Formats: sequence, C-alpha cells, structure tokens
Amino acid sequence: MSQSDLQKGGMKRPLDILLPVIVAALVLGAWEWAVAHWQVPVYVLPAPSAIARAFADNFTSLMLSLFSTLIVTVQAFFAACILGVATAIAFSQSRLLERTLYPYAVVLQVTPVVAIAPLILIWVGFERINLALTIIATIVAFFPILAGATLGLKSADFNLIDLTRLYGASRLQILWRIRLPTALPYLLSGMKTAGGLALIGAVVAEFVAGSGTATGLAWRIVESGNRLEIATLFAALALLAVTGILIFAALSLLEWALLRRWHESAISDRS
Amino acid sequence: MITLKGAGKRFSSNQKDGGTEALRDVSFTVGAGEFVSLLGPSGCGKSTALRLVAGLLEPDKGLIEYPGGKPEIGFVFQEPTLMPWADALTNARLPLDLKGLSRGEADRRAAAALARVGLKGFEHAYARELSGGMKMRVSIARALASQPKLLLLDEPFAALDEITRNALGDDLLRLWREDGLTVLFVTHSVGESSYLSQRVLVMTPRPGRVAGDIALPVGRDSRLSPPTIQAQRIISDALGNAGALA
Repeated sequence: MSQSDLQKGGMKRPLDILLPVIVAALVLGAWEWAVAHWQVPVYVLPAPSAIARAFADNFTSLMLSLFSTLIVTVQAFFAACILGVATAIAFSQSRLLERTLYPYAVVLQVTPVVAIAPLILIWVGFERINLALTIIATIVAFFPILAGATLGLKSADFNLIDLTRLYGASRLQILWRIRLPTALPYLLSGMKTAGGLALIGAVVAEFVAGSGTATGLAWRIVESGNRLEIATLFAALALLAVTGILIFAALSLLEWALLRRWHESAISDRS
Repeated sequence: MITLKGAGKRFSSNQKDGGTEALRDVSFTVGAGEFVSLLGPSGCGKSTALRLVAGLLEPDKGLIEYPGGKPEIGFVFQEPTLMPWADALTNARLPLDLKGLSRGEADRRAAAALARVGLKGFEHAYARELSGGMKMRVSIARALASQPKLLLLDEPFAALDEITRNALGDDLLRLWREDGLTVLFVTHSVGESSYLSQRVLVMTPRPGRVAGDIALPVGRDSRLSPPTIQAQRIISDALGNAGALA
C-alpha cells in the first residue's frame, strides 16, 4: 500500500461519518424551523426537540420496550441461523431432499407473514406470547440464511473436493473442511439480511398480537398513536431505526472480522 | 506402476446420442520411477485419463491396474486449487489432516514440503498474498506432503508465464530425481514434454486415444540442447501423424 493510498484510507472514514451527520443536522434544523414557522400541531408533526423531550421523559419505559423487542429479535435471529444452516446442510447432503423441500421453503418466504401470524398466535397461545413472536420473526428471517448457506455449500471447488476424496475424506470431513468454509461469505451475507428481517418480523408480530399482550416497541408505536402522543411515537420509531442500524453494523463487523484475511469482499487494499 | 488396458469413458448428458465419448480403448503402462507426459490438444481426454489413473473416475470399459498395489498418489491441478481461507501451511497439511496425522507431525511434514518447493518463510501467507507461481508451489507442496509414490499433474503450469513455468519445470525435475517419484504429466506443450519427460504418450482428439508412445533421446540437459530440439521434432511429427495438428 502506497503513501497516497494510506492517506486516502485515512481520509475516507471521517468523511463517511461527517457527510451523513451534516445531512441529518440540516434536515433536523429545517424540520424544527418549519414546525415552529407554520405552527404545526404536535399531534400532526412534533418538532425534533419535542421528540427528544418525549424520549427523555419516557426513557425507562422505552428502553424496557426496546429490550422486549430486542429479545424476540435476537432469539429469532439465532433460531433462523441454526435452522437455516441445518436445513442447508441437509440439502447439501441430499439432492433429493433439496428438490423435495426447497419449494416449501420458498412458499414460506413468499407468503406474507402478517397473514400467518394470527394462526401462530392462536396455536402457540397468548400466554406464551414471546414464543409466538419469536416463531413469527424466525419465519421472516429464515429464508436469506437458507438461501445463502445453500448457495455457499454448493459453491465449493469441485477439484478441491476431488482432492480430498483422493485422500479418503469422509462426507463429514468434506463438509467441515471444504464446504462450510466456502459457504461462510455467502452465509454472512444472508445473516446481514436476516438480522434486519428478524427485527422487522418482531415488529410485525407485535403489531398483529396487538396491545395488551406484547410490550415491545411496536406496541408502543400503536399505543402512542391511539393516544395521539405523536412525539413518543416518533421516539419509538427512531429507536427502532437505530436498533436496525446497530444490528446491521454488528453483523458487518462480524463479517469483516471473519473474512478480512482471505475474502475479496472484505479486502480494501489491492496491493 | 500403472497399467491401463483398453480403458473407455463416456460422459452422458441426457442426450440421445449417448453423450460424449472422452476416451476410447486407451492402453499404456507407466513404470516405477518413470517421468511420462500425456500430450495432446485441448479436449482430447488427457485429464479424464489422469482422473481414471487417480481413481477419481471409473472407466466404462477396460481396466486400470496397479501391479504393485495402489500407490500413494499426489495430484496437482491446472489451477492451484488452494483453500483461500487457510494459510500455505494449512493448505499443504490438508492430505495429512485428512489422514488423521497428529497436528505436530502434520505441521512438521507440511513445513518440510513447503521448504522443498522454495516457500520457507511463507508458511503463514494466504493464497491471495502469493503470486501465481507461488500458489502453484503450495499446490505441489501439498501433493508432496503425503510422500506419494505417484505424482499426477494436470497441465499444472498452463496458466503461468514462461519464466515461472520454466523455473517450476526445473524444480519438478529435481523433486522427481530426489524422491524417485513416478510422474504422469498431462500437458499440451510440446516444449514442456520434450524437456521434462522420458517418454511421451501422444493422444488424438475426440475420442481420445493413444496414437504414439515415444521414448525420447537422452542428453536433454537443457531446453535448447540439440537432443531436446530433436525430441521436439519427433513429438511434433507424432502429433501430425495422429491428426492432432489439424
């Protein structure tokens, strides 16, 4: 890496952060000004300052709601990872199994989860609401993991697999030493999508479950809307967005940490 | 060490004509300690023949015999075929890991194999950090790590520049002499086969058959020595007679 590359790499980071921050400041400033100038009622569009105040006033309860949604999201994400990878491994071992079951995975993916959520709520029962929410969010997050892992496991170098067969490798050895490492970049890409979808799934599930049962951020949004506490609604919304960004950032960091030594996608310098 | 008797192989692709016939009635013998080239144009079934010898494919017709029992085999592909997620040492160690050697012993042997191909100090380099020639050296080290008796190479230097190709060819000759290996070397280069091998099997295209079995003159100490040039002429003539230079 040359000196100028180093400087470019060093300059890029602050700009990456600075530019979006400037845009945010401009938008928030204009918003604040517009609300004051046209005297927009707070139940239509609260000013950013009012939202910040609502956030501070409801900090503890909002954090509890966030915690509730986050638990469902994280549980669903891990469940989707385990189920998705396990299914993909099963598919990679049996072409027949894949041909038989893959269409149903697609059906699960294309059926709107809002439409099946009420069924799952009834079957699992409102007394086990967290389990029901987790199942719904898992269904939403499952497919990208399955698709990524399935493609990845299939992408293994045929010659490399032949080579291991030459040394008498078992299917398990081929899976562990060749197929799974090959699948890792594809799997991580699927996980980045699934992380966001798990959060969306948790929110959708809470919406369907309705108030009184769920206690997460989505319920706070519905509840605040009903009470015309629009500033609180916005605060919950902002919290959701930030959570989504943090999940994506965490998974991107994981991806970088695991792939930086060897995979093209994670290598920034081409020296 | 290996004998093919009337080996045939057909690849079916659900076509009514019965697919493509890759090899027809291929017979040859490679003795222990020989360096034999399998020479022919692209698509003549050289690689298929090599895979039959390795046992990676089964022939539809004919036999493959290993008179002294199936030897330990090392295989080098046209591409380095490394695991990009692992360093050079782990790549060279793969055959030993699969055979269940202890980590220490496997590390020691893999490091020794890397040193023999001139990669001492690069044990912990990843494939992307190595040049094309160095990647191919790792691939050769991996083939040597299991201390094979028979080394099969499938156009290993085809993707390399001439300078690197010549250096690797000389290294291959040195390893062959030092270890008393038996080498079966698939190539489409007359120059390579004339210098490296003792014997050249000339193959015809589609379906692949062995059209000539040429023992090369001795005294080919360099790529430009008269016996090497003479060998090139003999091989080219044989290719012409085989209809491979259409």
